Amino acid sequence: MALLRYESQVRPALVEGDKDYHQVTEDICRPVEAKPSRLWWIGFLISVAMLGFGILSVTMEVIYGTGQWNLNRTIGWGWDITNFVWWVGIGHAGTLISAILLLFRQGWRTGVNRAAEAMTIFAVMCAGQFPIWHMGRVWNAFFVLPYPNTRGPLWVNFNSPLLWDVFAISTYFTVSLLFWYSGLIPDLATLRDRAKKKWRKMFYGVAAFGWTGSTKHWQRHEALSLVLAGLATPLVLSVHTIVSFDFATSVVPGWHTTIFPPYFVAGAIFSGFAMVQTLLVVTRKVLGLQEYITIEHIEVMNKVIVLTGSIVGIAYLTELFMAWYSAVDYENFAFFQNRVNLNSPYGWAYYIMMGCNVLSPQIFWFRKMRRNLFVTFFMSILVNVGMWFERFVIIVTSVYRDYLPSSWSTYYTPTVWEVGFYMGTFGLFFTCYFLFSKFFPVIAIAEIKHILKRSGENYKEKMTEVERESTDEFVEKHGHDHGA
Amino acid sequence: MAVKKFVTGSFYDEAVLFPAVKKTRRAGYKIHDVFTPFPIHGLDKAMGLRDTSLHTAGFVYAITGTATAVGFITWALTVDWQLNFGGKPFFALPAWIPITFELTVLFASIGMVLTFCYLCQLAPFVRKDHFNPRSTDDTFVMALECTDKTNDEEAITFLKSIGATDVQVQYKETGWWLGRYDKETKRFERKEEAVH
Repeated sequence: MALLRYESQVRPALVEGDKDYHQVTEDICRPVEAKPSRLWWIGFLISVAMLGFGILSVTMEVIYGTGQWNLNRTIGWGWDITNFVWWVGIGHAGTLISAILLLFRQGWRTGVNRAAEAMTIFAVMCAGQFPIWHMGRVWNAFFVLPYPNTRGPLWVNFNSPLLWDVFAISTYFTVSLLFWYSGLIPDLATLRDRAKKKWRKMFYGVAAFGWTGSTKHWQRHEALSLVLAGLATPLVLSVHTIVSFDFATSVVPGWHTTIFPPYFVAGAIFSGFAMVQTLLVVTRKVLGLQEYITIEHIEVMNKVIVLTGSIVGIAYLTELFMAWYSAVDYENFAFFQNRVNLNSPYGWAYYIMMGCNVLSPQIFWFRKMRRNLFVTFFMSILVNVGMWFERFVIIVTSVYRDYLPSSWSTYYTPTVWEVGFYMGTFGLFFTCYFLFSKFFPVIAIAEIKHILKRSGENYKEKMTEVERESTDEFVEKHGHDHGA
Repeated sequence: MAVKKFVTGSFYDEAVLFPAVKKTRRAGYKIHDVFTPFPIHGLDKAMGLRDTSLHTAGFVYAITGTATAVGFITWALTVDWQLNFGGKPFFALPAWIPITFELTVLFASIGMVLTFCYLCQLAPFVRKDHFNPRSTDDTFVMALECTDKTNDEEAITFLKSIGATDVQVQYKETGWWLGRYDKETKRFERKEEAVH
């Protein structure tokens, strides 16, 4: 049976080393069951400290109002919304990997999907902070929900892109969480059944929901995963589309662009994959999972990065062309005076964006570079710096010079609390990721076992032997009587 | 809840498990369940399980979400409180597509996950009997239910003959109870027959 699962020998093995099912369980559970290392504690405590500073920054903002930030007329959206869009973008890779690649039957996703999905959830949590605290009177945040109220009831504006965003982000968070956790249940059951300590039995026992691995349950689990993937695929595309509508449906020059939805989605995948690389290059090394998150996985993701980076590059050029082609003075001014002109106040930001997002990923056309861990790690940081500047350029350079030169704003620099808030979300993100990598298996154990006999190195080698045998030899060696 | 008698056997390879399932069914034994550490495609068919209707449930939830969104927004903006947004029509259907889509996905996802948990009887603090803790690691465990007519000795010999190892007779609960995995106490037991 196992021998009949044929896969081309051209495809490299996705699981390296001589593994059987038990070895897979051992390898992936080991870091979860071991005591946290000193490195883990250092990283965790730094993250918690950053989170603490973030909480302080937000507290300052709540007590003294949004005046604690350097927002002004006409820059009403500054670092906060830049950071919001940046984090939402990062939160796109996980669901893309687990949903779209599941529909495309990409076997390599099994090595990275669990960590990427977790990263997605944490990134969306960080993203959500910015619009919420930006409201100022955060205790009234529930006003964005359509609930029966004593003001009429006065309903929210369902025609507004900002409300679409509320629905899109909250739906995306919920669905990602459900998708992630339903996939996690069987692996938690594995940890539960291996648990020796009392608290582990208790914790994983509760978390695994009483999973047994019954065939009927697996059948339903497969159906659930497939349908959730089918639902999450358009969802993941819709979320950043709707985020882009926040800008595209306005009439601000620089924002009023029909190319925004595909351009934002490509950018989101681009930055999301970069963040996955940043995390996994470190995770695989620290947790000793190089045989499951192989160089092949890294290379494939680098290919996605060069593809989406180039799509983003095309979008930048299309924007410039359209600004010129429209022959609208304001459009021309927004693009060629406020952005492309290096001597304009924010011209430097535009060139950082161009350099990091369009030029630098081109290095991944070279196989050697795609398979180099240092280059990958460095590039993954560079890409996310570039993607941050993309959002900064879009938001700030479009609004800092209004139609009326007398209301052109002064140069915008963030206050310490704005920067602190951003740092705080890093704290939140990494605190969550450190806890996740300690208490949950960072690789989907059941899914790896599922592909092991097809894509495992030792099984593939056996398959090569079989390929060399003649038909008669094959039947003699491996054939067995099905009729008995 | 009913404690029943089972004969269980372990398998380590799908190539042995599949013919074994077929032979067991042909021999007329009642397969209570096969527990596997990961989904094995085709095993449900081999065991004669019918296809799941979870997809259909998902579709119904999705339609409910669509109807809720369109219905509610229409009512709120055209009947309950008409608001003039820049002279646009009150019934502005294209502008409602994003929220309609999001609610469709949201209802379908939440509904399906809850249905899945209900059908499989999964919840926090639910505990079930396990035949072999290795069945979430690397072992495929087949459990035959012993009825009045079953001869235990025969069943054991049969399981061994089809390639099972570690064959034994076990008395197990078939349903769930409220409890923790670190304690043997049973807080609440389901009285009627459990869903398998």
